[in-house]
Amino acid sequence: MTDVQDLLPCPEPVRFLDETGTAVQPSEQAAARGYAMPETEALVEVYNAMVLGRRFDAQATALTKQGRLAVYPSSRGQDACQVAPVLALREDDWFFPTYRDSMALITRRIDPVEALTLLRGSWHCGYDPQATRTAPQCTPLATQVPHAAGAAYGLRRRGTDALALCFIGDGGTSEGDFHEGLNFAAVYDAPAVFLVQNNKYAISVPLAKQTRAPALAYKGVGYGIRSEQVDGNDPAAVLAVTRAAYEHARAGHGPVLIEAHTYRMEAHTNADDATRYRTPDEVDEWTGRDPIVRLQAYLTAQGALTEAMVQEARERAEDFAADLRTRMSAEPEVDPMDLFEHVLAEPTPQLREQAEMVRDELRMTEATR
Amino acid sequence: MSEITFAQALNRALRDALTADENVLVFGEDVGRLGGVFRITDGLTRDFGEERCFDTPLAEAGIAGFAVGLAMEGFRPVIEMQFDAFSYPAFEQVVSHIAKMRNRTQGRLPMPIVIRMPYAGGIGGVEHHCDSSEGYYAHTPGLQVVTPATPADAYSLLREAIDNPDPVVFMEPKVAYWSKADLELPVRTEPFGTAVVRREGTDVTLVTYGPQLATALKAAEVAAAEEDWSVEVVDLRTIVPFDDETVAASVRKTGRCVVLSEAAGFGGVGGEVAARIGERCFHSLAAPVLRVSGLDIPYPPPILEHTHLPGVDRILDTIARLQWDDQPDTTHLAGTSAGRVGA
Repeated sequence: MTDVQDLLPCPEPVRFLDETGTAVQPSEQAAARGYAMPETEALVEVYNAMVLGRRFDAQATALTKQGRLAVYPSSRGQDACQVAPVLALREDDWFFPTYRDSMALITRRIDPVEALTLLRGSWHCGYDPQATRTAPQCTPLATQVPHAAGAAYGLRRRGTDALALCFIGDGGTSEGDFHEGLNFAAVYDAPAVFLVQNNKYAISVPLAKQTRAPALAYKGVGYGIRSEQVDGNDPAAVLAVTRAAYEHARAGHGPVLIEAHTYRMEAHTNADDATRYRTPDEVDEWTGRDPIVRLQAYLTAQGALTEAMVQEARERAEDFAADLRTRMSAEPEVDPMDLFEHVLAEPTPQLREQAEMVRDELRMTEATR
Repeated sequence: MSEITFAQALNRALRDALTADENVLVFGEDVGRLGGVFRITDGLTRDFGEERCFDTPLAEAGIAGFAVGLAMEGFRPVIEMQFDAFSYPAFEQVVSHIAKMRNRTQGRLPMPIVIRMPYAGGIGGVEHHCDSSEGYYAHTPGLQVVTPATPADAYSLLREAIDNPDPVVFMEPKVAYWSKADLELPVRTEPFGTAVVRREGTDVTLVTYGPQLATALKAAEVAAAEEDWSVEVVDLRTIVPFDDETVAASVRKTGRCVVLSEAAGFGGVGGEVAARIGERCFHSLAAPVLRVSGLDIPYPPPILEHTHLPGVDRILDTIARLQWDDQPDTTHLAGTSAGRVGA
């Protein structure tokens, strides 16, 4: 029998840096789990990726205002969760993102234009999931959880020690697929790590209306899954906890559920008005817990981050954003006939007929132009 | 040649597929040691191991979603939904992911998944065990919907489904599980997208599929013996892809058509078939295409199911309404001025 103590999350979220970026002693339970402050080189990498990610996120928001994107769900404020777990992945691991995880996609080195294809509206998924080992961003809530369980089990069957990382939001933990996916992962000892970004709101519905659980991390225990909660705005703790989870999964000990306590600084999307359901005071409070500010303070105090390095990170991010702006300012090339591609490998005769009809319609439109 | 049941043919198809490709995995509820509630997976775990054929937790969405992840890793999952009506928890996974994944990813993430499910009634099942759910799946682009009605097709279509690069909802008529044929397996019958004329006729075409094929053939026999009608019976075999050509050729030849399906009629596959025939064969038709279907009611309790199920009489009564004497059919005029009493 598994000792339930091995499964239970730490009673308080694991934290390595306080809100000012000062290193704090991890709790006794966190220390017992063997979480270690990551080396500064890795944290500098996380810092650089967060600076890049946030600039990308701001650029995507701006592109939405300019009408270049149909919609954009920002993850500003969740930067540590978007970046650290993805940087710690290997290339042969699978990653299962949601619609809010565009920042994580570019951290996975997916081309930003391809990452934004869904939100630009020129196709559903712009990148190659096989080549990037990244599933299409999942818009239905929690349906990616059993996918990750299946892919992770598949990896185990292939005899590799690769794993599947699955992102999910707090609202998604109420969906049936969350529970079924966790249960499958547990039953088949699938090397899957499920990371809940608890950003406190499912669009407008606060966590208190979503669950009576003491913390979402406790939901793993019922499935026999090792569970943990972490300060999601502490990049050092997020990295340490996800690394430990990956080790657990790679070693064949089964899945891990992590709840990262964070906050969505922007509204749900550009189409949402967050002032209808939360106060400016609450938002201010979380501004004071900014993951980039915290890590910058820590690394600077450690002497691992110089003003020049900060400047360099910002410049890289500006270049990245400028390049994205340029590429996104061109109208996307779309061909209506592509709609008939990839419905089935072998289109049905009925679909071929419809394709002919549309081809004729397009010819007529072209002729009368 | 030996006598083989429909269920045995399915079992053999799974065996041969498991042997042919090590990426084929069979999983679902009770498919392991028990061999499935209808014994379709009988002995597979014993002969191929727990790795290849395994029981899952009791969660249909989980089963379907797990299959998506395994397909991403290059496996070819053959999953079982224990009964038609128990497949509904998996509906979102089937419709939003399995059906769309190839399209969403521009062909980069195909989903070679077979979703097997026993369907339809006629076996005295209690509620939630007898639904005809083919219409839901046929209406979803990206899915192929296949429903064999003979042991040879059971084998061949299942093998083809497992080899197919895209998802197949493989609907097994429960009422046919124990039907028998003299067969040499393996056998290959006509491929997906091919309807087959099961009985030749000259007066009227009876188009059907799956659980109603046996009833259709019986009706054709009675029609010949008692009414002197020569009924041609067409078995669709695959609803998607649909074989317009074979169906239209038959109707153009006979000039009359009845579409027979067990599902409730409104908004169903039968209506689609009837519309397609109308669009293609108008000038060959001596009468409107009529439908015979189950009633538009939730599947009834077993003692009453024969009132619901289309039977020989309902089929013959419908054939009789095909304007043989050039008189208009007044069945549907009730409630209009022409049909009102005293009008």
